Amino acid sequence: MSGLIDLSASQAAAAIKRGEVDPGALFDLYRQRAATDSLNAYTWVAEQAPKAPPQPSLGGVPLAVKDLFCTEGVPSQSGSRILEGYRPPYTATVVERLAQAGAPLLGKTNQDEFAMGSSNENSAFGPVLNPWDRARVPGGSSGGSAAAVAAGLAPWAIGTDTGGSIRQPAALCGIVGLKPTYGAVSRYGMIAFASSLDQAGPLTRDVSDAALLLSHMVGERDPLDATSLDFPEPIAMPSRRTLAGIRLGVPSELTGEGIEPGVLGAFQATLELARQLGATVESCALPHAPHALAAYYVLAPAECSSNLARFDGVRYGYRAADPDDLLSMYERTRHDGFGVEVRRRVMLGTYVLSSGYYEAYYGRAQRVRTKIAADFAAAFERFDFVVMPTSPCVAFELGSKLADPYAMYLNDFLSVPASLAGIPALSIPNGLASPPGGGTPLPVGFQLAGPAFSESQMLDVAFALEQALGFDGRAVRS
Amino acid sequence: MTPDFEPVIGLEIHVQLKTRTKMFCGCELSFGAPPNTLTCPVCLGLPGALPVANARAIHFALMIGLALGCELADHSVFHRKNYFYPDLPKGYQISQYDEPLCRGGELAGVRLHRVHLEEDAAKLIHLGASGRIHGSEQSIVDFNRGGTPLVEIVTEPELRSGEHAREWLSLLRATLRSLGVSDVNMEEGSLRADANVSLRPAGSTPLGTKTELKNMNSFRFLERGVTAEIERQRAIIEGGGEVAQETLHFDPASGALTTLRSKEEAHDYRYFPEPDLVPIATTAEMLEQARAAIGELPAARAVRFERDFGLSAEMAHLLAFRSDLGDYFEAANAASAADSGHAQQLANWVSGQLVARIGEQDPATSNVTPAALATLVELVSARELTNGTAREVLDVLLQSGGDPRAIVAERGLASLSDDSELAAIVAAAIAADPDAAAKVRAGNAKAIAALIGPVMRETRGRADGSEVTKLIREQLGV
Amino acid sequence: MIDRDTVLHVARLARLELTDGEVERMVGELGGVLEHIETIAQLDLDGVPPTTHVVEVANALREDEPRASLSRQQALAGAPAVADEGFAVPSPQA
Ligand SMILES: [Mg+2]
Ligand SMILES: [Zn+2]
Repeated sequence: MSGLIDLSASQAAAAIKRGEVDPGALFDLYRQRAATDSLNAYTWVAEQAPKAPPQPSLGGVPLAVKDLFCTEGVPSQSGSRILEGYRPPYTATVVERLAQAGAPLLGKTNQDEFAMGSSNENSAFGPVLNPWDRARVPGGSSGGSAAAVAAGLAPWAIGTDTGGSIRQPAALCGIVGLKPTYGAVSRYGMIAFASSLDQAGPLTRDVSDAALLLSHMVGERDPLDATSLDFPEPIAMPSRRTLAGIRLGVPSELTGEGIEPGVLGAFQATLELARQLGATVESCALPHAPHALAAYYVLAPAECSSNLARFDGVRYGYRAADPDDLLSMYERTRHDGFGVEVRRRVMLGTYVLSSGYYEAYYGRAQRVRTKIAADFAAAFERFDFVVMPTSPCVAFELGSKLADPYAMYLNDFLSVPASLAGIPALSIPNGLASPPGGGTPLPVGFQLAGPAFSESQMLDVAFALEQALGFDGRAVRS
Repeated sequence: MTPDFEPVIGLEIHVQLKTRTKMFCGCELSFGAPPNTLTCPVCLGLPGALPVANARAIHFALMIGLALGCELADHSVFHRKNYFYPDLPKGYQISQYDEPLCRGGELAGVRLHRVHLEEDAAKLIHLGASGRIHGSEQSIVDFNRGGTPLVEIVTEPELRSGEHAREWLSLLRATLRSLGVSDVNMEEGSLRADANVSLRPAGSTPLGTKTELKNMNSFRFLERGVTAEIERQRAIIEGGGEVAQETLHFDPASGALTTLRSKEEAHDYRYFPEPDLVPIATTAEMLEQARAAIGELPAARAVRFERDFGLSAEMAHLLAFRSDLGDYFEAANAASAADSGHAQQLANWVSGQLVARIGEQDPATSNVTPAALATLVELVSARELTNGTAREVLDVLLQSGGDPRAIVAERGLASLSDDSELAAIVAAAIAADPDAAAKVRAGNAKAIAALIGPVMRETRGRADGSEVTKLIREQLGV
Repeated sequence: MIDRDTVLHVARLARLELTDGEVERMVGELGGVLEHIETIAQLDLDGVPPTTHVVEVANALREDEPRASLSRQQALAGAPAVADEGFAVPSPQA
């Protein structure tokens, strides 16, 4: 059945339930596509489908999983040399839940090392290529998951978002990516980058797939994750066709300077479309948003410097050969095991927490975080959602931003504010735009951010926009 | 003239809590389990694992806080204390920093600074030269102990000598033991104490430079270590030198104090709030449960012993603060005939003869039942046994248990006090030594000893000394 | 501004060996990033409480109930060096 690849994950699940599609055939189709992946999107592909649980809600539609989710007996390396070949003795709660719901593990996807990066060039296993233009990055850090879904190497995937790592690659690859409310999805078994920000979410071809996958990721809180929360109600499947009564706020701080004209053009066009669908669109203020990036690049490295201390060559992973003594074992293991960007962030994080600097950096950054959350709360008194582009640019050329770390960090400035506030945010593809120097048009992302636990409503609004936009990523799935 | 110096000592005490499972995971606590058989992803610090705090550990810590009169925080948080060591699986210890569970408090006139919760490190076994690999010595890590719940108790620097430190710590141990929250055994490591020691001119307020003493794993070593350090500092100061701030290791075998770490090598722990855990909000219900779980504390018990049994303050204190002795004393007292008035004698026997024979052992685990001791005391009181033969009976009881009356009967140890047999023996002794008899008749009171001796030898201690004296005087008519 | 000595001190705290060239590069790169980060120093944040957790929950505790532990074989499976039923490391006392 040649049309199988064109079925969205939810369509495939429905077809399986109707008995029209054999889940084994679907798994094999994707397994073969994944195994012959030329984008370097996968780091491991399953040999065969695991035994399906009885009457699974998701039918058996296979799932691509970002490398940093622990999967029992299966390589879980977080894109790092220090974990090369590491096979954990347990499985992450969210992967387990999805497998139980009928989304078996198809493969593990490439990513920036320990989720630090916005281009997927920081993987110890090589960069991932963007299926829209193989000379360009897919975004990061969930670049493997995004590229795999965009290229039809997986029906759907999960990734993690700390400062934009689901939304930005989704935007650059022309797919849907959702970062849920912090705490909605268990972090147990997710190899941590920055614990107070990390959150798992779906990367899918369309909004309906995102809703279906998310509905099985959230629910009852995980007793193994103290920061996880009961989701107040089941995720509703989106169906909205108009935006009557929906109030969208457009923050001036995140819709002007520093954004490529092509991206801004697509954003304005989508706002116009939203108006035509009945939404009210007005400007709003997030006065502290311009400081979000600075606060983020204090808090995330600080947490990562501590989270990555466990990679010491004692219990698992890489250890430098023939160390002279304990100190050199630690120092050489961590030098050789970590890549350049991870070392940079570990250094930055260690510095901002070190004696005498804590209050100036970490303490202040946490207060900025309070202000940013308050800005959003104020906006949500007037608006249902705040909207802005997901990424300030379309996919850029491999290697083009590696020389200047801060230039790379600037990719996150539109996605980081929602991360700091812990609120859900969603990116949908809203067309194509040419890069600044001209060239083949590339996908652009439109971002919605809403109050905590507004995922169902947000997906509903995104669905209406998606239907009206008519974006079709079929071109890169062949 | 050298001024007189006053030692200033503070203790930092770690107490392993007697929960079923570890502080942040469900592994059972290790009591001599084979190495590395009580671990899980959490306490091995595997990538992706998350801690969840043990409710009973918090309950125990609240009990300790209440028992020591601390101020209990209604909001307290865990921090990460970052440093590298092979026994620390995550590269940080989860501890408490500026928002501990308890502050203040007091025990036996020594004020407490704080009481907080944390997790224990793993066990590191140094193989030394026998375990050389690549020319360097090896150590082995056993993570069974890693993650055991600890309560850290920090005193104000209000102890004044090694002896004072030892006595005070034994009071603390008694208090903790009576709470049932820990085995509080120094030799086994469930109670550990470090001491901060400094000297200052007598009567002055500012503290001198302090040193920290580690590894004093018995009450005796604590006293000896602190005493040795006071003497070392006194010698330095009197020699015109200055005490260096450092961490010292006390070697109980040689009595030597060696430097572990100087001030320059001091750690920079980069404390920051543990993002994987949420705060502890001490509820009224938690407090109520902790309060209800506290039985009678040693101080209150001492007051009761004094009041209800008429014991001296010193005796009451001794029995109350060694709860095993107190329990045994109360059991023996209960086994005595009502209104026997033997409480004082029972206390003497428990704290005197019994402790002299069994030392630190819990008398309840000896062969002497409390009822047997009560019987023994009754026999002495009724002059059916002399003190000397009673001690003999106690030795037999300790050897092989049993009933004192049966032992007395079997061994013919009953007193000869009211027996004509004794009168005959006395008469024979007088007849055998006419010189002594003459001297006594002549008013030389001291000469009576020469007559008592042979009687006691003849009766093998079954005769009461004062009874024998009385009979000699009667027969000699003095 | 961050200097060479600071980079070396921080690298030691983080247990990261850096070559001379990497130290030089780190001085420049960290300095550059910190320059941007330091803009938060200009904000008036007096009286603003810090946010540690966006989640407003407390007492997410577990009952003191045992769960199965790993076998020793599982625990040691990924260890780079094993001896005497444990994880082998260069001795800290050497
Ligand atoms: Mg401690
Ligand atoms: Zn454990």
